[in-house]
Amino acid sequence: MSTELIKCENVSFSYDSLSVIRDLSFSVSSGDYLCIVGENGSGKSTLTKGILGLKSPTKGKIVKSPELRSDDVGYLPQQTPAQKDFPASVFEVVISGRLNSRGLRPFYSKKDKMMAHDNIRRLGIENLMYRSYRDLSGGQQQRVLLARALCAGKKLLILDEPVTGLDPIVTEEMYRLILELNRKEGISIIMVSHDITSAAKYADHILHLNFEKSFFGTTEDYIKSPMGRYFFSEEK
Amino acid sequence: MIEQITEMFQHSFMIRAMIGGTLVSLCAALLGVSLVLKRYSMIGDGLSHVGFGALAVSTAMGASAPLEVAVPVVVIAAFLLLRISENSKIKGDAAIALISTSALAIGITVAQMSSGLNTDINSYLFGSIIAMSQRDVIFCSVLSVVILVLFVFFYNKIFAVTFDENFAKATGTKAGIFNMVIAILSALTVVVGMKMMGSMLISSLIIFPAIISMRICKRFKTVMITSAVVSIICFFVGLVISYLYGSPTGASIVIVNLCTLILFIIIERIKKVIIRK
Ligand SMILES: Nc1ncnc2c1ncn2[C@@H]1O[C@H](COP(=O)(O)OP(=O)(O)OP(=O)(O)O)[C@@H](O)[C@H]1O
Ligand SMILES: [Mg+2]
Repeated sequence: MSTELIKCENVSFSYDSLSVIRDLSFSVSSGDYLCIVGENGSGKSTLTKGILGLKSPTKGKIVKSPELRSDDVGYLPQQTPAQKDFPASVFEVVISGRLNSRGLRPFYSKKDKMMAHDNIRRLGIENLMYRSYRDLSGGQQQRVLLARALCAGKKLLILDEPVTGLDPIVTEEMYRLILELNRKEGISIIMVSHDITSAAKYADHILHLNFEKSFFGTTEDYIKSPMGRYFFSEEK
Repeated sequence: MIEQITEMFQHSFMIRAMIGGTLVSLCAALLGVSLVLKRYSMIGDGLSHVGFGALAVSTAMGASAPLEVAVPVVVIAAFLLLRISENSKIKGDAAIALISTSALAIGITVAQMSSGLNTDINSYLFGSIIAMSQRDVIFCSVLSVVILVLFVFFYNKIFAVTFDENFAKATGTKAGIFNMVIAILSALTVVVGMKMMGSMLISSLIIFPAIISMRICKRFKTVMITSAVVSIICFFVGLVISYLYGSPTGASIVIVNLCTLILFIIIERIKKVIIRK
């Protein structure tokens, strides 16, 4: 039923001589909700860049199913400080997600604009459409970037820490939104997060990165595993 | 006053300065928005210093066309500076300062040691109103056509790469090429604008209009357009002032830009106060 979208086989990543990830294997199938957790510097962002093809592995290989074309993948990067005060309207930002399906054609078509509108509506930010991106709050900006990611791809979303800097209520809303996209629209999710409790609550698979020994499996298995037990007993 | 301005255009050097300067202002303003937003404005400054060094050395060595030597050197410097800023943001800042001060020092030393170049040094450093040659004007025209075509046809890609390079790359836009093209075009703009504006001051043409327009505009497209318009108007006013009162051209243009920026800041403050009431 569900097909394998991405399969990583014994991949390693390193920067120059610094080895970050060693011999990691996991796979993501369509409809999956995978959470990548791990401490700072464990290589979560590096791995997402690897999956997106921004960084090539030093060893092993990442196989993408032929079904998954480059315009099927949406990406929500970790925000950079430079972006926070960027003078652009929300609409301009959202529609820039359509660029990957434009190829060399320079201008957006009616269809692109409609899709941008649809996603703006889907995330409930119609009232922000003509506002300037830099005048928005962190949570609103994150929604705009999520709308852009949805414009870029409707099969797989890769989210790098989508809830950093958001207050608890907006965080909860964001999680609910992502869950809805996964359950209702069947979009596969790969999300990087520091929030292990929420990860376990929403995701169906967990990848816990650790240089010594990483864990990959279903959420149930994770909670029972020594690694998961450590975190969940600490939470209590 | 009107008479003096019409008289101004009777001199062919003024017409050249006018056309060349307008085109350089346009190019610098468009490129500037992208450079400033990407936190690359130091590159513009670095390029102008390297340009000065190259120009001074090649003049001293008796090159018949110093500009032809300066162009490739500055283009290579653009590659280098871009690489440095892409790789490490904090150290990049320092590295650019190292490169630009070194180029400046070498240029000044070489020019000083070879005899009789002092007036040239002055005009390279601070610009000169009579510096635009016929060839420079043609060069500017070609450059601005290239830049305009690029910004119209690749506007959406330039937006995407400027706003979020990682996202652009992840979704299949070749961001590296765009950075390169922008750096090279900036290098060319700097070299040709340097003669009139002076290498100490040319980077202001890249930075001021972008900063001014970013204060008042909320959309990327309007930022671009306003930046170009503000840049050209400031240039024109500065040039006229320089002609009427004999003030240094480059410096006058920068001062006009500065006054515009201050004016906009004041307007913005007043607006805020009114809205709050
Ligand atoms: N461009 C780079 N050059 C060199 N080393 C890097 C680079 N980017 C990351 N690293 C190193 O790789 C390791 C993993 O970084 P990465 O950003 O993938 O971690 P992360 O798990 O995303 O951390 P965080 O939770 O802070 O986001 C770190 O030790 C970091 O120092
Ligand atoms: Mg990270």
